[in-house]
Amino acid sequence: MEGRGPWYRAYRRLRSNRLAIAALGLFAAILLFVLAAPLWADLVAESGPNETHTTAKIEVDGESREVVSPDGTPIGPVWLGAGGRFLLGADGRLGRDEMVRLMHGGRTSLTIGLGATLVTTLLALALALLAGYFRGWTDGLISRALDVVWAFPVMLLGIALGTALAISGIQIGPLTISSGSTWLPLLVIGFVLVPYMARPLRGEVLALREREFVEAAVAQGSGPLRVMLGELLPNLLPTAIVLATLNVVNAMMLEAGLSFLGAGVQEPDSSWGSMIADGVEVLATAPLLTILPGTMILLTVLSVNVFGDGLRDAINPRSKVRLEAHTGSYEPERGAA
Amino acid sequence: MARFALRRLGGMVLVLFAISVIVFAIFAVIPSYDPAAAIAGKNRTPELVANVEETWGFDDPLPVQYLTMMKLVFTGELISYSSELDVSEQIWEGLPATLSLCIGAAVIWMFFGLLLGYLSAVHAGRLADRLLTILSVGGISMPVVLLAPACLYFLAIETDLFPTGGYVPLSEDPLDWAYHLVLPWASLAVLFVGFYSRVLRSNMVEAMEEDYVRTARAKGLSEGQVRVRHVLRNSLIPIVTLFGLDFASVLGGAAIITEAVFNLQGVGQYAADSIANLDLPPIMGVTLFGAFFVVLFNTLVDIAYAYLDPRIRLGESAR
Repeated sequence: MEGRGPWYRAYRRLRSNRLAIAALGLFAAILLFVLAAPLWADLVAESGPNETHTTAKIEVDGESREVVSPDGTPIGPVWLGAGGRFLLGADGRLGRDEMVRLMHGGRTSLTIGLGATLVTTLLALALALLAGYFRGWTDGLISRALDVVWAFPVMLLGIALGTALAISGIQIGPLTISSGSTWLPLLVIGFVLVPYMARPLRGEVLALREREFVEAAVAQGSGPLRVMLGELLPNLLPTAIVLATLNVVNAMMLEAGLSFLGAGVQEPDSSWGSMIADGVEVLATAPLLTILPGTMILLTVLSVNVFGDGLRDAINPRSKVRLEAHTGSYEPERGAA
Repeated sequence: MARFALRRLGGMVLVLFAISVIVFAIFAVIPSYDPAAAIAGKNRTPELVANVEETWGFDDPLPVQYLTMMKLVFTGELISYSSELDVSEQIWEGLPATLSLCIGAAVIWMFFGLLLGYLSAVHAGRLADRLLTILSVGGISMPVVLLAPACLYFLAIETDLFPTGGYVPLSEDPLDWAYHLVLPWASLAVLFVGFYSRVLRSNMVEAMEEDYVRTARAKGLSEGQVRVRHVLRNSLIPIVTLFGLDFASVLGGAAIITEAVFNLQGVGQYAADSIANLDLPPIMGVTLFGAFFVVLFNTLVDIAYAYLDPRIRLGESAR
């Protein structure tokens, strides 16, 4: 171990944490599950996620059954009885293949969870570096703006942005995002979570700024950009990685909530959250349509939470800073604002 | 103390102003729609759109538009053009259900969160602690969109143990009120029970290493007295701040989902229904009032906190 870099030591510590590795395995399995969606849809289920089978009949163990019975009740799980078709049954009156929808919906949920986190992380890093490096009025301006967004309840801000933009889409310069695009919830979620990452990062940059190696770089004539990207950023990365991992949880929970309410992913696209919204309508007759996508969210969030904990311990074993994954609150930095 | 309170209140006014500008921008400036048509909603006719255009003054310069919107919202003149109902009246009517839900859930999560956290810390490293840790990680990973429908299905639809939804006013029948709220309370509280027990556990485990704890033991206090009077009391301080933030975030977040699932007819369900109908005026009203309430609440918590812990107000004025 001696003489190796801090990243290698963190990797060694992480590798010896069996629980964290198991969680990573679970996450990888979920990732493979959703990535296999088009394969399963084409080769096994022979149905796209939005293909309806209202009047279709399938052979289940040699017996012909209706996908949707005349009173509108969808078929339940048939497992491998129909050669993989309708493995988990159909999703309601429209008779769409639930297994295919679960895989495709997961693609949307994970894309938004990971994509929004990327957006949040990049914005938060940029703001934290600018505020922490220049201090003074730049910091004042950025910090006040973060405070305001932070004071706004995440869900309400997401709902307001989500619905207003869902009506018409948005035009930013030459970039047009039409209503109904998955980019909208991705960007909305990425934006509203920025303060939760930028505030702790800014505090860290302010502390790093006082260290000798920064002074040395400035004395050698390094410009602001060089100090920010060459000196401060590499030292900021461990914290940023831990925060980003836990941010995935918040982004996915927020996506599920917004899509459940209709302010997130829009028809005909679906995510686990919007599938629950459809499922709750028929909860009494087909509870699986709610429980299945809900359980997928639970498993994903659980795996990220456990892995994130292990990652935090590996990167900073003596960490006293709590970075709890959580819909809404983080350990507030008293007075730092 | 008075100076600290005044400064916080001054800051609060600025934040409220900024939030109102953001809400105005979200609904009237950023989207590429015709705001009058969007606000008129799904029953729009050319006359209605013209009427909205007139009332909201969308031809005026932006600052005037902003003032018009604020006047509409705060004088109670904001109406939903789809349902023709007054927005502030609807919010006011939904408030008892929403507050019952949130306050009850908060009591439950504080009680169980602290109890489990305490037990976990006292048995740190042993089997009970491990089991409680697993439970709490499960708790913080439990999405409300799964837990609320699952409770509804397994405990109300399948087994008839609890009612399937609806709200009974407290003044009508306190027992029935609580009976109808048990499942919504539980759905909302589980996540925070997990979270608070984790936070309390780690605070207490840390505090047990402190010098004052050793002093307390040295002067002959029993282990139970040390734990409750010294360790627990000092570990509760950060929990108070977290509680203020979380209570506010529940009110403006998870409560909306829970209300919609259990048909509680509160402010949250009003918001959920309005989103489903893309009815903008109620969403504006709920967002603005919700955010205002949350900011006000947090400021009051801050002031109360500074009153309890002098280090904070002194630290602020020293800067």
